[in-house]
Amino acid sequence: MAYSEQVREAFRAELEGIREKGLYKEERLIHSPQSADIRVEYPEGAEVREVINLCSNNYLGLSSHPEVIRAAHEGLDARGYGMSSVRFICGTQDIHRKLEHALSEFLDTEDTILFPSCMDANAGVFEAILGPEDVMISDRLVHASIIDGIRLCKAMHDTYKHANMKHLEQKLEEHQDKRLRMIITDGVFSMDGDLAPLDEIVALAQKYDAMVFVDDSHASGFIGKTGRGTPEHFGVMGKIDIITTTLGKGLGGASGGCVAGRQEIVDLCRQRARPYLFSNSVAPPIISASLKVLEILSATTERRDRLEENARFWRQGLSEAGFVIKAGDSPIVPIMLFNAKLAQDFARDLYEQGIYVTGFFFPVVPAGQARIRTQLSADHDIPMLESALVKFKAIGDKHGILGLDKKAIIAKFGL
Amino acid sequence: MAEEMKDLIIDYIRNEYLDEEDDDMELDESTPLITSGIVDSFSMVSLKRFLEKKYSISIPDEEATPDAFNSVTSIMTLVQRHLG
Ligand SMILES: Cc1ncc(COP(=O)(O)O)c(C=O)c1O
Repeated sequence: MAYSEQVREAFRAELEGIREKGLYKEERLIHSPQSADIRVEYPEGAEVREVINLCSNNYLGLSSHPEVIRAAHEGLDARGYGMSSVRFICGTQDIHRKLEHALSEFLDTEDTILFPSCMDANAGVFEAILGPEDVMISDRLVHASIIDGIRLCKAMHDTYKHANMKHLEQKLEEHQDKRLRMIITDGVFSMDGDLAPLDEIVALAQKYDAMVFVDDSHASGFIGKTGRGTPEHFGVMGKIDIITTTLGKGLGGASGGCVAGRQEIVDLCRQRARPYLFSNSVAPPIISASLKVLEILSATTERRDRLEENARFWRQGLSEAGFVIKAGDSPIVPIMLFNAKLAQDFARDLYEQGIYVTGFFFPVVPAGQARIRTQLSADHDIPMLESALVKFKAIGDKHGILGLDKKAIIAKFGL
Repeated sequence: MAEEMKDLIIDYIRNEYLDEEDDDMELDESTPLITSGIVDSFSMVSLKRFLEKKYSISIPDEEATPDAFNSVTSIMTLVQRHLG
């Protein structure tokens, strides 16, 4: 079977379908290092413009930090460019183990295993430890990579309403007949910016004999007084059985992820987790730079403190301006617009004003909950955010939504 | 019987998938469930298990499609087929 005209036509029709639904994603070319202000070419061929970046996961501003870059250079010089091997054949250097130890200490877990990404960690961990006699009970809004991991695992799967502890308790009761129960949640939910109530989850886990899994990708390095993540925020450090997180967001932004947690769980992942066994080892410069990131964050809380201040300023500014925002204790601040087209128009208008944000709508978020997601960074400063606020207000005014509540916005624009 | 089944399924969907703030939302036998996002395909399994337990039937995975679960009417058709 060749790549015939018929095959080509079939794929083209699918692409056209995506376009017609308004779901076609396009990349924007960035002509600078990742930062709070970047130079963007969009659409391709257009003049490059300087914009304030409010949509990256560069929470701690470490993606282009001079010390991190220097550490990457040192790693490159001392340990080379790549490993050309998976971990267990000849892909583990001393610094890989050193980083795993450093992560265990930072996250207060018994051990840690690195994966090529957190997507891979989530895809591999459940299958490695759970079987058909077990049940995974997940929050309905967990990240796509967790959903993939759950699908690959043979254990039974059930879900509870987002952050709804009554519903979770009901499910835990219902599944008392299983061998093992695992509660699965994001620490900070990436589309909403709210935190899973880990103190209550841990209490339920103890009451109903369940393990707890937390994906802290949008929390590691900055949530909690010393940035150790949502377990620190809720006072349950050491009580989470599995933490997965990424090195690709706050912790430097390059790539790599991990499973941190109970010794036996980490050991089982080393024996069985397919993305760990069958995908290449994280490159030495990234390992070396990640060690530096943890060193910086362990020495001072200055960056997470600044981020917290920026997020507080931004949330307050948007609220006072009359936007509907989702409440939360994180640097993810969604501005609710409910209507998908309004979200797209809003993002485009802001880009014209030099503000880079993205609109999200169904199926990425539930239907009727379209929004602009803004993300703060320790790299932003108050004058920068003040000027962004002025522009948000101008565009909000243009669309006549300032001061309107959810009902009024929906009445005006529909769903 | 059909009326009873309808009410039972609608009740289950309200409790299992809607939040208190959705209380004023209309939900009847023809309301789209999957395409509207009320039930996502990921969370559909608990509805399937509920039906299987309640009616002592077994719905093969290949029949538990988003289409078959998209409205209370289509769910009832599926259940009735298995009730024989
Ligand atoms: C909650 C969550 N988990 C996992 C990932 C995947 O992380 P990585 O980029 O390391 O694969 C992301 C990133 O999009 C995420 O938001």
